[in-house]
Amino acid sequence: MSIVKEAAVTQDTPASAEVKRGTEIRLDHVTKDYGLAVPAVDDISLTIEPGEFMTFLGPSGSGKTTTLNLIAGFETLTAGTIALNGTEVGSLPPHKRNLGMLFQNYALFPHLTVAQNVAYPLRERKLPKPEIVRKVAEVLELVQLTGRDDNFPSQLSGGQQQRVALARAIVFDPKVLLLDEPLGALDRNLRASLQAEIRRIHREVGSTFVFVTHDQEEAMNLSDRIALFNAGHLEQVGTPEALYRDPETLFAARFLGDSNVFELDERPHSATTSWHGLTWAVAPHTVAVPRPSLSHYAVVVRPEDVNVTRSASEAPRGTNAVPARVRDVEFMGSYRTLMLEFGTSGVVGRARIDASESQVALGDEVVASWSPERQRIVAA
Amino acid sequence: MTSLDTRALLTASAPPRRGRRRRDRGVDPTPWWLSMTGALVAMYLILPTLFVIPMSFSSSSTFQFPPKNFSLDLYVNFFTKPVWLTSLGNSVLVAILAAILATVVGTAAAVGLDRLTGRVAGLMRTLLMVSIVTPGIVIAVAVYASFLQWHLTGSLLGYVLAHAALGVPFVLVSVTSALGGFDPALLRASASLGASPLRSFVRVTMPLISRGIVTGAIFAFVTSFDEVVIALFLRAPTFQTLPVQMYNSVTVEIDPTISAASSLIVVAVTIIFLVPQLVGTRKKNR
Repeated sequence: MSIVKEAAVTQDTPASAEVKRGTEIRLDHVTKDYGLAVPAVDDISLTIEPGEFMTFLGPSGSGKTTTLNLIAGFETLTAGTIALNGTEVGSLPPHKRNLGMLFQNYALFPHLTVAQNVAYPLRERKLPKPEIVRKVAEVLELVQLTGRDDNFPSQLSGGQQQRVALARAIVFDPKVLLLDEPLGALDRNLRASLQAEIRRIHREVGSTFVFVTHDQEEAMNLSDRIALFNAGHLEQVGTPEALYRDPETLFAARFLGDSNVFELDERPHSATTSWHGLTWAVAPHTVAVPRPSLSHYAVVVRPEDVNVTRSASEAPRGTNAVPARVRDVEFMGSYRTLMLEFGTSGVVGRARIDASESQVALGDEVVASWSPERQRIVAA
Repeated sequence: MTSLDTRALLTASAPPRRGRRRRDRGVDPTPWWLSMTGALVAMYLILPTLFVIPMSFSSSSTFQFPPKNFSLDLYVNFFTKPVWLTSLGNSVLVAILAAILATVVGTAAAVGLDRLTGRVAGLMRTLLMVSIVTPGIVIAVAVYASFLQWHLTGSLLGYVLAHAALGVPFVLVSVTSALGGFDPALLRASASLGASPLRSFVRVTMPLISRGIVTGAIFAFVTSFDEVVIALFLRAPTFQTLPVQMYNSVTVEIDPTISAASSLIVVAVTIIFLVPQLVGTRKKNR
């Protein structure tokens, strides 16, 4: 709890919030309990800044979609409050919250044309006809679908349909856009181009975006900040870089990117720690804050921070080192990934080396080393 | 009801045209006995109509088949005798009002039950379907007994209420099946775009399940239009429906005008049942 609050307060404001046009969303002790063994959303407090691109990331069943639905009003709160720009909306029905929403299956109205779909929220708001026509044309241009006005959704491709849905969700200038895994049903290439589109539109319209995904890559590409969900609570909140570089927990380290994990018996108290008889240096600022629910600790090193040398003497000075055996080599184009087995522990990890580096071969005995600055000691 | 079955069979069992066209080489040819059986069943179902329609053009004042002379006397009778025209008017009025009521109630029930799950929903559904499996005479007696107390016998309201109750299950079934293909995420989308639940129903749900609603309404209309048992119990000298008048015309007075009335009903009901199909094709062409 304390960590979450701290994270929300002390995070540096993202650059895109310079133009504060969006709405602030404040979740305070938000809980949703379906009466099962564990609450779906368990006491979440989080402030989303105006104009921020916030991503809810987490495995399925971690409560991220439920939290989004609570903001949208499709679920009722068990406890806690949700406030938009300081106004409590917990008891407001969804149609009165003035939030745009994008769904994974697009949810376009099949009996209406593209133009009629996009005009839907404007007609609900009883705008005069000429203004509706103008706004629809504008937004269709923004999503690059000019000229498809009279098509029915079934005549469009998946990517085009999601763009119509995006146009429909932003045409009425909602202060918040909620995106519920909107790219989940699209193939890889389309995903990438729509990601770029969503980023561009976020910059142009300046509303607060809340994006739900289980895809860590997507989350890192798009977000100003990421809220990492795990089993109904917030694991960590921060910029993509902060989450990747300074994970607080083993879960966070494992969920975002690859990690080499060395489990420790206790939280390191001095400037050194030991793992299977090896002594490693510890930089104090790389040690994560303790968590009451987690009693174990682990050293986490990213594969790209691992140097592989023939012997311990070749390893750069001042690094932490561990003997390893090369179990597999994967050629990835611009780099190679080595699968390493560390010492006699049976612990397996990865190192990323230059593709032109050809000295290392399968079965070699090597030494893996890394700077103490690049390791992270997380709660597990 | 029978006219629907007849129509379906008429279109399904097209005359066997063996020899003329042999398109489907890969598929087994239809054996002769299957075509025969089909033709026999079709005959069995449309035979009454084949008797009634020629008879309606008879000039005789009694029932006669085959008719000796061709005449339109019976149709003239039907359209000039006030007793026939009034009862036709009553029937149409009752059927329209009953269909409207049944459609509103049945659609509301279907939409409501669609959101419910579990035992309660199943129980409610069964309860609403009871009138379809209850013998007409049982319903008639129950309706008669209670309507006597409430002074509803022989009144338009009484007919409409009783017939609407018979029509509800048909609407429930057809709207429920239409809702099966309806994506509830559309309602969330509609709400997120600022539409109240009622507006969402009117602008999203209704257009998408309109075929189910229209089909249900037509079934409700026809159910009321040819209902005779309850109508017999509720009839009053001042108000009776066409089926009751037809029943009277053969039991009380032997009046062959009934064959003209029957022919008209067969034609009218067939046309009504074709409506949703025509609506459907127009939608598809768009």
